[in-house]
Amino acid sequence: MKKLERIHFIARADRLAPVRQFVRELARQQGCCEENLEHLVMAINEACMNVIQHAYRGDENGEVVIEFWKADDELTIKIIDFAEYADLESIKSRDLDDVRPGGLGVHLIHQVMDYVEYKHQPDMNGNVLELRKQLGVDRQCTAGDRGQE
Amino acid sequence: MQFGISKHGNYTVLSLSGEIDLNQSPEARKQILQCLKRGEDLLVDLSAVDYIDSSGVASLVEGFQTARAQMLKFALVGVSASAMQVLQLSRLDSVFTLYETLDDVE
Repeated sequence: MKKLERIHFIARADRLAPVRQFVRELARQQGCCEENLEHLVMAINEACMNVIQHAYRGDENGEVVIEFWKADDELTIKIIDFAEYADLESIKSRDLDDVRPGGLGVHLIHQVMDYVEYKHQPDMNGNVLELRKQLGVDRQCTAGDRGQE
Repeated sequence: MQFGISKHGNYTVLSLSGEIDLNQSPEARKQILQCLKRGEDLLVDLSAVDYIDSSGVASLVEGFQTARAQMLKFALVGVSASAMQVLQLSRLDSVFTLYETLDDVE
């Protein structure tokens, strides 16, 4: 597996837009179809939101690291924080029939990614969310579907 | 995110545009709730929304629930493809009243 990029940013909501833009550009460089590109942006944005809101609980001194790895047509993304260990059992989708504000992020991540795993950092405080997604580079894209170079 | 307010018949129209993410959704929520606090039936126009995340969707759900509690009408208009995808994945497309354009509003 080849490491493509590693970025880091402080855990603030105003940093999410640049992160989304970075993900779009990286996915386009990798030849990702537009549909999968939007899924990647959605999942990574939601995951970073959860780190800002729940792991760091609004502490703007927190750091978030995102690593992008690639093997064949599969992109692996690791979203790393250095907050206290999360209760991994509590991170799950909620009942969507219960219509109320909030709590949709984990559901959305599972909906659009091929693989989702939450784990603790082994040797220090912090958590890692590993996401995997087939980029669909070899897929027959419809006209205009492939991301612009 | 930018917003504008206009009238369409008996409705107030809150037009949102740009990106509604964790950084911008508090302003969207504020504008929605302010309109409802004035007792106005509300249409939220999302046709110029490029991106909305779950925090933005939460603002819409809160508006929907506040309107229902106050017996006010609340609907979404011109939901962009990007926003519709999030609503569908959240299974909220069947919860909200949706109109393609203002001309379709009953």
